[in-house]
Amino acid sequence: MKGRISFILGLSAAVGLGLAVSVPSQAMAQGWQPQKPVEFVIMAGKGGGADRLARFIQGIIEKHDLSPKPFVPVNKGGGSGAEALRYLKDHAGDPHVIMATLNSYYTTPLRNPGLGVDIAKFTPIARMAEDTFQLWVSSDTDINSVEDYIKSVKTAGAANWKMGGTGKGQEDSLVTAMLEKKFGIKVTYIPYKGGGTVAKELIGKHINSTVNNPSEQAGFWEAGKSRPLASFTPKGKLKGRFGAIPTFEELGYGSDMVYYMQRSVIAPEGIDKDAQAFYVGVFEKVYKSAEWQGYLSKKGLIPGWLTGQALTDYFIAERAAHSVLLKASETIK
Amino acid sequence: METFSLLIDGFAIAIEPLNLTLVIAGVTVGLFIGAMPGLGSVNGVAILLPMTFMVPPTSAIIFLAAIYYGAMYGGAISSIMLGIPGASTAVATTFDGRPMALKGMADKALVAAAAASFVGGTISIVLFTLFALPLAGVALAFGPPETFALMVLAFATFIGLAGDDIPKTLFSIFIGLVFSSVGLDIISGEPRLIFGDLSGFYHGINFLVLAIGIYGIGEMLWTIEVSKGGVLMSKATVTFRRVLDSLGELRSSAKTMVMGSFLGYFVGILPAAGATPGSLMAYGVAKSMAKDPGSFGKGNVDGVVAPEAANNAASTGSMLPMLTLGIPGSPTTAILLGGMVIWGLEPGPLVFVNHPDFVWGLIASLYVANLFALLINIGFIPAFIGVLKLPFTVLAPIIFVLCVIGGYVPTQDMHDVWLMLIFGVVGYLMRKLDYPMAPAVLAIVLGPLAEPALRQSLIGSHGDAMIFFERPISGTIMLVAIVLFVLPLTKIVIRLWKRAACTNPR
Repeated sequence: MKGRISFILGLSAAVGLGLAVSVPSQAMAQGWQPQKPVEFVIMAGKGGGADRLARFIQGIIEKHDLSPKPFVPVNKGGGSGAEALRYLKDHAGDPHVIMATLNSYYTTPLRNPGLGVDIAKFTPIARMAEDTFQLWVSSDTDINSVEDYIKSVKTAGAANWKMGGTGKGQEDSLVTAMLEKKFGIKVTYIPYKGGGTVAKELIGKHINSTVNNPSEQAGFWEAGKSRPLASFTPKGKLKGRFGAIPTFEELGYGSDMVYYMQRSVIAPEGIDKDAQAFYVGVFEKVYKSAEWQGYLSKKGLIPGWLTGQALTDYFIAERAAHSVLLKASETIK
Repeated sequence: METFSLLIDGFAIAIEPLNLTLVIAGVTVGLFIGAMPGLGSVNGVAILLPMTFMVPPTSAIIFLAAIYYGAMYGGAISSIMLGIPGASTAVATTFDGRPMALKGMADKALVAAAAASFVGGTISIVLFTLFALPLAGVALAFGPPETFALMVLAFATFIGLAGDDIPKTLFSIFIGLVFSSVGLDIISGEPRLIFGDLSGFYHGINFLVLAIGIYGIGEMLWTIEVSKGGVLMSKATVTFRRVLDSLGELRSSAKTMVMGSFLGYFVGILPAAGATPGSLMAYGVAKSMAKDPGSFGKGNVDGVVAPEAANNAASTGSMLPMLTLGIPGSPTTAILLGGMVIWGLEPGPLVFVNHPDFVWGLIASLYVANLFALLINIGFIPAFIGVLKLPFTVLAPIIFVLCVIGGYVPTQDMHDVWLMLIFGVVGYLMRKLDYPMAPAVLAIVLGPLAEPALRQSLIGSHGDAMIFFERPISGTIMLVAIVLFVLPLTKIVIRLWKRAACTNPR
């Protein structure tokens, strides 16, 4: 057994050396490389936004041959990602597991203290982008501004104004709670399974407004079926066609009407420094690839590379912010 | 006519040598992926997605669509031969496909499945070609109340035709509904029925785990009991003559095929439904249309034809919301949608305008894939029959291993394997006690669709159930459902009344 392990180690060292010598541009001479396929855990089900993004990243890794072993996406979406978080916790020190995160990365441990997961302990790899939210209505309405919107909601009354969104305690419901608090309005919140369904329900006029991501409404907006009223970003953060949409801050509603969804990658607690460096290297190349940059600008995502301690600090700050939001929306006490 | 010329252009794209090769390769791979229990079109498409970077986007989606199609054909194979549903879309095929195989008519069932798949595919592609854009509007008109009404209709088709034992059918449906409510509830955001804190229950009870347990393991235990451990061999034979005869005999199933195709297609275009509910509903409708509903579940060829026509038609149908609304109609199209994004194609209302070569190339290659899937499938039938001729003492361990793999693959969690084995024993006991199992399977598929739709509707109407009757589409569907519920009851009342009239001397 020992002989076999040292044989494998020797072989991989030789292969690694060979790679380092023959392809210096790959810059993988840090010494660690995956010995087997890497499990790329996705804390959401198949087909959702997080899943599509992770498979897109996997595609870029394959296309540019960024890793000697494949990254294999594994969906562990149970319990709003509780299943995935628990899995990462149980694989402490395992360098062949990484995870793509979204905001349930903060909210799920906050809502399930029994899970025993402290996200500050996980190994940060990279923040690949931030997604944002916008307030949308159907283009068949006369609502053209946030002011019109508030007036219409107040006239209709909470019982007749249906806001569609994702599940309770998830991003859309938090953003809706922000709107309600800020403008002193009340809506009937209807949870759906995913952002894509929410977007379609607005176009089918089953609901009155949504707080979709730019990418979820992009197609309908382009076809003239939906209308964005304002973005939940600070001024000037969004570029391209989505940048033309006013932000709540620009409209004079204050700088607190801001909400992001982060798209990051993390690894379990206590993995080797060299392994961490390997993954940071891979994801830096993905981040810089033409495919990724093109995707970001087309889908209205905000570029925002972050790694190392800075990323952990960011996670901790966001977790604190989410704790406040969850309390405000009465999801946790 | 513009559509027609676009379709001709599409055919020119589909029969380019590279694309044609990919179609044939995709159909063949799909056939085997579909036939492997637990590996369905979702897994096949997901595994092979990264390989498509080597070819242009249109060729890539043609390849993946061919796999999808092939898997729809292939799912029937293990359902019929081994009694293990090869994919969730083929569960309804087990109901009558397996009994046919046990009677030595496996070749007939396989031919019927292939032919029905071909008809379902063809009808749905024609519908897709002619009415893609207006039907996208239908998908939009379906909100939560309409979805719920449709689910009620599906249940109605199953209760209405229970016939034999309504209390046992109801029990079976309710136990299925309870199972379907396990896991995270999206509306409250809380987990339900997770037995304390078993993390394996968070993602709910996977429907395929239940189906493989009940049909695969349950069936195996049953066969062992019947054969008393003896060496049992299937009488299945196959000759070219028999295949031709089987095709000829299918003329009597033409009506069922057409019904299954239309039903499957329309259920398929509704976002979130997909091919599995479509095939189960087609089975229910076929049984209620039949002159001899009692023969269903005992090897009626219409029970194979209906779901197989429907699942292929639904797979075409579910391409529609994917392309025009950017919403996947099934888990597989969700992966395809991811693929479109990777290839730089924006799905949405403008996809027909901005990427006509892509859309029509895809539609044309569906025609081509459909034809090749039929030919390849029929070509392989003798080989499949060969497997059936193995003695049961050899076959049983193979079935067991396939079931375990099938239980593990979808979630890669041992929890689901244990669950599958428990369901296997339960399925065997239910069978001994003569409980119908199909309604439980239907309930666990439709429950997760029906329950959120019901609650979303009622949140929207603030608890007023009239919302289901006030809206024209959901109101109409509800009325049909109620008629289907009441009809068998009135039949029973009339029968009792007549009997009473006969025994009472005037």
